[in-house]
Amino acid sequence: MAEFFNEYIFGDGPWSWLGYVIAALIACILIIHVVAVGAMGFIWLERKVAGRIQDRLGPTRVGGKFGWLQTLADGIKLIAKEDLTPDVADRFLFKIAPYVAFAASFSAFIALPFADGVVANHVNTAVFFVLAVLGLEVFGVILAGYGSGSKWSLFGAMREAAQVVSYEVPLGMCVVVPVFLCGTMNLTTIGNMQEGFITNWLVFNDPFTFVIAIVYFTCATASVNRAPFDLAEAESELVAGFHTEYSGLRWSLFFMAEYGSMFLVSGLAVILFFGGSNGPIPVGDWLANLLGGVEGSIGANLPSLGAITVGVIGVANFIFKGAIGVTVMIWIRWTFPRLRIDQVMAMCLKYCVPIAAFCFVGAVGWEVLDLPTPNNLDEKSRYEYHEKWSQEYLKTQRESVPTENDTHVQQAVPAEAIVTTVAVSQSDLDVNGGKQ
Amino acid sequence: MELMAVAWAYWHQFFFIIFAGSAVGFGCGVLISQNIVRMAFYLVLSLGSTAGLFFLAGAEFVGAMQLMIYVGGTMVLLIFGVMLTAQKDFVNMKTHTHDWILATVVGGSLLMVLLFAAFGSEDWRSPQDPTDAHIVDTKAATPLGLALTGVRVDKLDDPNDKLNQGKSGYLMPFIIISVHLLVVLIGAAYMARTKKLSHATGLRSSRARLSVFKMEDEDEVLEEEKYVVLRKDKRATNPLDTNGNSTDNPDNTDED
Amino acid sequence: MLLFATVSVSWYLAVGAILFVLGAVCMATKRNLLGVLMGVELVLNGANINFIAFGSRLLRSEGDTLGLDGQLIALFVIVLAAAEAAVALAIALNFYNNHSTIDIDRANELKG
Repeated sequence: MAEFFNEYIFGDGPWSWLGYVIAALIACILIIHVVAVGAMGFIWLERKVAGRIQDRLGPTRVGGKFGWLQTLADGIKLIAKEDLTPDVADRFLFKIAPYVAFAASFSAFIALPFADGVVANHVNTAVFFVLAVLGLEVFGVILAGYGSGSKWSLFGAMREAAQVVSYEVPLGMCVVVPVFLCGTMNLTTIGNMQEGFITNWLVFNDPFTFVIAIVYFTCATASVNRAPFDLAEAESELVAGFHTEYSGLRWSLFFMAEYGSMFLVSGLAVILFFGGSNGPIPVGDWLANLLGGVEGSIGANLPSLGAITVGVIGVANFIFKGAIGVTVMIWIRWTFPRLRIDQVMAMCLKYCVPIAAFCFVGAVGWEVLDLPTPNNLDEKSRYEYHEKWSQEYLKTQRESVPTENDTHVQQAVPAEAIVTTVAVSQSDLDVNGGKQ
Repeated sequence: MELMAVAWAYWHQFFFIIFAGSAVGFGCGVLISQNIVRMAFYLVLSLGSTAGLFFLAGAEFVGAMQLMIYVGGTMVLLIFGVMLTAQKDFVNMKTHTHDWILATVVGGSLLMVLLFAAFGSEDWRSPQDPTDAHIVDTKAATPLGLALTGVRVDKLDDPNDKLNQGKSGYLMPFIIISVHLLVVLIGAAYMARTKKLSHATGLRSSRARLSVFKMEDEDEVLEEEKYVVLRKDKRATNPLDTNGNSTDNPDNTDED
Repeated sequence: MLLFATVSVSWYLAVGAILFVLGAVCMATKRNLLGVLMGVELVLNGANINFIAFGSRLLRSEGDTLGLDGQLIALFVIVLAAAEAAVALAIALNFYNNHSTIDIDRANELKG
């Protein structure tokens, strides 16, 4: 996108940096839309689903029969509220805590691909980056708990921090399974390798991966502090936990961070296990072939019509599947009773970690013993499923230089085969990793 | 390559100044601040900026590791430690001025020596190839993983045969560190366990009994506090007692 | 002015040196045991920046294409620092429970 701006508006001269800044701003604004409007939609969805489960209707007045704009009305009310700070609070830390939580939740979306190539920044170790940034959200919670100056907030914050940090361990173990199945940490490539029919999805790869997907979802729910793991913000126990003293816009920032994180972990589950932006039937590909294929461009460095179609359908598919994941989290919240904090910790250490470890070993064994899987991941070369912009660059490289020039190894093979792999060349490392 | 043709050439310097300034600035904040929780927060920001510097130098994997392990793990641990050793109000423990002067002099001279060494070598002062100064990820995740299992894929075809014999990768340090981590985990968990106190003597404070997850019986806690109150009179001066409050009694209730 | 000079390894080394010295002074002057621990973390970070700078493209000669050594050693340092912080915090907790204070100036009696 920045090249588009620079070619047509700013040129090569001293203003060429502005093209990059504008491209970055557009990406930021789009992600803020996802987080904020998504939070708005999910809060409405939560109230409707909660209402139905409890045999009542939920919001029905604002904005027509279904109460669509209820959350907007709530947001306007929250903005208009008085901005209180407790007397004994540490003012600086109290004020900065919601922004830290929101920034962590927002930053993780930078590496999350919504479709093939539709990602704010092409991060090669995207899986790791998302997990690392998700772990930063706990700081907002701790700062809020301490900065409020009340013991309920502090207890709630400490419990939540302990819970989130403990559940990062089984979360990491569950996430490693799709990574080694696909051989890459690049989320776009993992999503692309599941294209085709629904049997290509990694969740159906082998029974161990199926269990891992369920364990991942459980650990993800615990990681974002949703019920039944929401003891830290339980209304019946700690008033409201770490955000007791927050009101108005600051509280709404915490809630946007929470719903943003819910959508993020559910989106990560979708990419890793449930096909990413590929639907159960490859409708996007058929449409793109009708429209003349995915290659080429309609001029001015823009992608072709087929590619745009695939992109739009992929994004819609991804958001729909992510929303289903969030709906399942909401459904679980209003069905199960809450766990005590020692039960939460016992569940992590005594159940999630051993099950995740056992299924990890099982999935590795399944691949090593070469047992049958619906998706033949071994035969898929990782480079054909890479993102489009790097595929074209790799193709030009392969045409000019006769040898294979990539640092990655093709498959997970034993060491003696690796020694015979061809040499690494300098030119492939010039790929510009982040400026698209 | 047309991708590079319109790139602004100064992004590396720009981001370097931002991240380095932030890391150094918040490091100074850690040094100067008196409140321990704010020190921890500034340290978190400084470590985050260091992770940014890692991303800038092309080490994407190590940068993500820094964020996950250091910032997300070690700092949470540190903040837990801060909370568990907190006193009623965070009493400022001031350092004497002569300590500050001595530390500044020694630190300053060390800094001079290090800066002289950093800018002294010609090879380090200018990059090997000026076009290499762009922000590029070195795609080192897979080679890192392979090096940890013993195969150095970037040095497979070294023309010097003698050097090839020593290229065994990092398998041994990897195993040593794994065992080390296991030992540390067990040791730290054992050392920091909740200790049961007997009703006997000893300079144990009642705080050791209150863990976040378990509360002892009411009577035992009250008895322990009474014991602490009785002993409080025997202490000559309490150097931490700036407000006339005792720091022994966590709830600061008046027991008389 | 700095914006138009080329970034070199020396810049990274300078940042590493400053962080190292800040951490060392922090270790020397803080009376709170946890403040000393924060100084240790700063010192290790300064060293890490040095390792990464030496393993970056800015110091790449002909044959060495990836600079893996610097990144691997930095990785090991991060892991070891986390382990050491865990043990140090356990010690700090025990010290606090025994002496009801976290001031290291009071740790001047070696008892059995």
